[in-house]
Amino acid sequence: MADIAAPSSVAAMGDNRSSLHKLMQRKSTVAFLMALPLILLILGLVAYPAGYAVYLATLNKGMTRFVGFGNFEFLFGRDTFWLVVYQSCLFAITAVIFKAIIGFIVAHFVHNIPSKGQRKWRGMLLVPWVIPPAMSTLAWLWLFDPSYSAINYLLAPLGIDRIPWTGEAGWARFSVILVNVWIGAPFFMIMYLAALKSVPEQLYEAAAIDGATWWQRIWYVTLPMMRNIIAITALFSLIVTFANFDIVRVLTAGGPLNSTHIFGTWAFRVGIEGGDIPLGASVSLFMVPILAVAATFILRDITKRGSEV
Amino acid sequence: MANVAIAAGGTARPNYGSMSRDRRWALRWSYFFLVLFAIFFLMPPIYMLITSLKTSQEISAAGNPWWIYNPTLDNYIELLTQNHYLTFFRNSAIVSVCVVAITMLISVIAAFALARMKFWGSATLATGVFLTYLIPETLLFIPLFKMFAWFNETFGIQLMNHWWTLIILYPTLTVPFCTWIMIGYFASIPKELDEAALIDGATWTQTLTKIFIPVALPGIIAATIFAFTVSWAQFLYPLAFTTSTTELVLPVGIITTLIKGDVFNWGQIMTGALLGAAPPLIIYAFLMDYYIAGLTAGATKG
Amino acid sequence: MAQVTLRKIVKKYDEVLAVRGIDLDIVDKEFIVLVGPSGCGKSTTLRMIAGLEEISGGDIAIGGHVVNDVPPKDRDIAMVFQNYALYPHMNVYENMSFGLKLKPKAEIDKRVKQAAQILDITELLDRKPKQLSGGQRQRVAMGRAIVRDPKVFLFDEPLSNLDAKLRVQMRTEIKKVHQKVRTTTVYVTHDQVEAMTLADRVVVMNAGLIEQVGTPNDLYHAPTTKFVAGFIGSPAMNFIPCQLEQAAGALRVRLSDKLSFPVPAERTARYTGHAGKANLVLGLRPEHIAETRPHAEANQHDFDMTIDVVEPMGMETLIYFTVGGVEICGRVNPNAGATALQSMKLRADLSNMHLIDDGTGKVL
Repeated sequence: MADIAAPSSVAAMGDNRSSLHKLMQRKSTVAFLMALPLILLILGLVAYPAGYAVYLATLNKGMTRFVGFGNFEFLFGRDTFWLVVYQSCLFAITAVIFKAIIGFIVAHFVHNIPSKGQRKWRGMLLVPWVIPPAMSTLAWLWLFDPSYSAINYLLAPLGIDRIPWTGEAGWARFSVILVNVWIGAPFFMIMYLAALKSVPEQLYEAAAIDGATWWQRIWYVTLPMMRNIIAITALFSLIVTFANFDIVRVLTAGGPLNSTHIFGTWAFRVGIEGGDIPLGASVSLFMVPILAVAATFILRDITKRGSEV
Repeated sequence: MANVAIAAGGTARPNYGSMSRDRRWALRWSYFFLVLFAIFFLMPPIYMLITSLKTSQEISAAGNPWWIYNPTLDNYIELLTQNHYLTFFRNSAIVSVCVVAITMLISVIAAFALARMKFWGSATLATGVFLTYLIPETLLFIPLFKMFAWFNETFGIQLMNHWWTLIILYPTLTVPFCTWIMIGYFASIPKELDEAALIDGATWTQTLTKIFIPVALPGIIAATIFAFTVSWAQFLYPLAFTTSTTELVLPVGIITTLIKGDVFNWGQIMTGALLGAAPPLIIYAFLMDYYIAGLTAGATKG
Repeated sequence: MAQVTLRKIVKKYDEVLAVRGIDLDIVDKEFIVLVGPSGCGKSTTLRMIAGLEEISGGDIAIGGHVVNDVPPKDRDIAMVFQNYALYPHMNVYENMSFGLKLKPKAEIDKRVKQAAQILDITELLDRKPKQLSGGQRQRVAMGRAIVRDPKVFLFDEPLSNLDAKLRVQMRTEIKKVHQKVRTTTVYVTHDQVEAMTLADRVVVMNAGLIEQVGTPNDLYHAPTTKFVAGFIGSPAMNFIPCQLEQAAGALRVRLSDKLSFPVPAERTARYTGHAGKANLVLGLRPEHIAETRPHAEANQHDFDMTIDVVEPMGMETLIYFTVGGVEICGRVNPNAGATALQSMKLRADLSNMHLIDDGTGKVL
């Protein structure tokens, strides 16, 4: 049967094989169209503004004249600018370190307890991350109130005198970091907990048989296995913390005497409230180097993992 | 043979005992520290609640701030009957719902195209999406501010000082991340599934709506929650782009209208903040697993 | 009328040729198995028949119509995947009816119920795939193919995710289903036992080309290439380097200084021209090397050998010994008294010998 039918059909073969190919081509056109809104959004509202910021930074205050590096030269000559650079770095680095440490410790404790209680604790401990930062910072502002501070009330019986949480430069710096750690540590905790769960139990059993102590198990098994997640989470957090706005804005608004301004809040003060858009753009551009470095490391890790798969 | 085993068991018994004693102590310490951390993490929201139930006289009295002597719902009643606060709440709700809808529409469709229908430059675009997610809003608000001013001068359409402007702005914060995690979820669906659908006669649209979206539903829920919480919590854009009381959204509204000069009406501020924090908290309470899945997806997928 | 015809099929991935020109005529109602090692192009060929891969050259016809440019859904085929590819959010009934949505409801219901009955999964119809065992998922995947009543069934290694016992069971199941529905079937596997047991005809593929097409018995007893001879059968055929000596009109295969056998008389004419050639290999299946028996038989020759390893299998015992540096396997009766490191009298059955030119890989 096939022998009879096949030759005739084969004779009909060999004409254009274009339509399936066309279908494939049309498929990629359709795919491009499906991604088009995303592309337009990225180009129009992210890529273009980012480039536009660089252009703006080269204009004078009235945006009528090209001044080259004039804005930057102006910034370099101002003490406030260097104060902002110092505070941004201090704020971001200290906060990330403490978030990482507290997150790791809490994750470990949660991991330690019987698994049926873990969900409840995890849920409770993530609450600071879930509350909109502007709202929770308001609560902190009230806790830090100069006259009615509820924390000072608790500290008084311990013989600690009224602390000027937001009133004095050193304490204000401490306070913004504290609030940032409070908001961000739960995120680290969740990431580390997920990483801890992915460490195979056999490794701990093998280490226990080899006679490893509690500390050695963490140092030689847990940390190396989690290295990737720790690094990625810290880099993510570094970017977000460095570019923070809400906490500082609500808690101290940069004060006292500009001592807690970071790039984001100072750019807002200068650019929007001060009406000097080019100068504000210049300030915010100083975030780019550190963002670029962090992003490069994250991207390298992700492409590395992509090629391993 | 049996004798040996029993003897070994006998000598080992004290050891087992000490191991479980160690374990018990480790557990006690874990709970002890967890309680300490829970106090630290939950103190501000609890204090919000305490303050919100107090009268202003009690707040400014010298008593124990951690205790409510005369609980009252006055703050809630006053706030919820006050037009401003309801306007902020309504603005926030509309903006967030619209942003979620736009975000999911753009990102699910784009993620499907990027994960399954490779086209020229699609790999670069996927990386670009991720990089975009890393660009913070603190870098973009000034050029966007200027762009909107230019838009007004050129087309005569004022984008500034309207709550709906935020619907244009927020997707820049939500779409990249949502696309990114949806690419991860879609990529984890076995390729045979779309081939089976193809043979079963499904078109690409049907494959997306009938197969991919239902199968990746957990990812879609996670992305939706993310988009909602980000839009609800956003502070910088509304602060920069809206000023009239009728155009404000919650976070900015509470801060700019309840703080009048140097007068802090803390009872109402805390009530407003607590109510403002409620929608994300409620979503979190009911969909915690999806929330956490979305949180960890950014770094663990892809 | 659901024959499948492949003419000079070529598949190129970038610059790599995965399939290098295949001709194959599959007859209506036939069960064809494509078998070969991984990377031989069998799955690619199947996917080209399905329309999931574009063909780079040649033509494919299903039921007499060229389908080169026809999208998968219009080729009237059904496919069963290795990982079943069941839609996880649909129950069994919805999974099976997904491809039928254009048909009237009563018709769909009739077909699904009928297929479910054939596969004995009627009571599973409202379960989700997650709640099914591996074997049940396999049945559902087949059910999804059956309800479509296609011209051709395509199976892509459907049993390789199952454990050994279930695999044997499902193998029989697939054969039964084919006997019931009689649909032309193309089945891909890397497992030669599966190929032998299921196929009307087996297509052995290697490196993008067809090595041999034939019934299971043809392939087993008359392989045309060394690859097929070695691929089909387990334990594999022994390949022993040898010389073909001609003396007084009779041929002998010499395996070593001490060991040589006369070539059966009926093969003399076939092999004469190859005497003295280099690169010759004697192919002899393990079952043709057994313990000696009391009576002499035609073309069977006894020899003594020291056994290296003995592997009792129950119904038979495998023995291994070495000739000229090559390990050779034989199958003896469990009661023959094979003992490792001891000498044993064995008997080789030369009437089933194969002489292979190792240079060309062809069986002579």
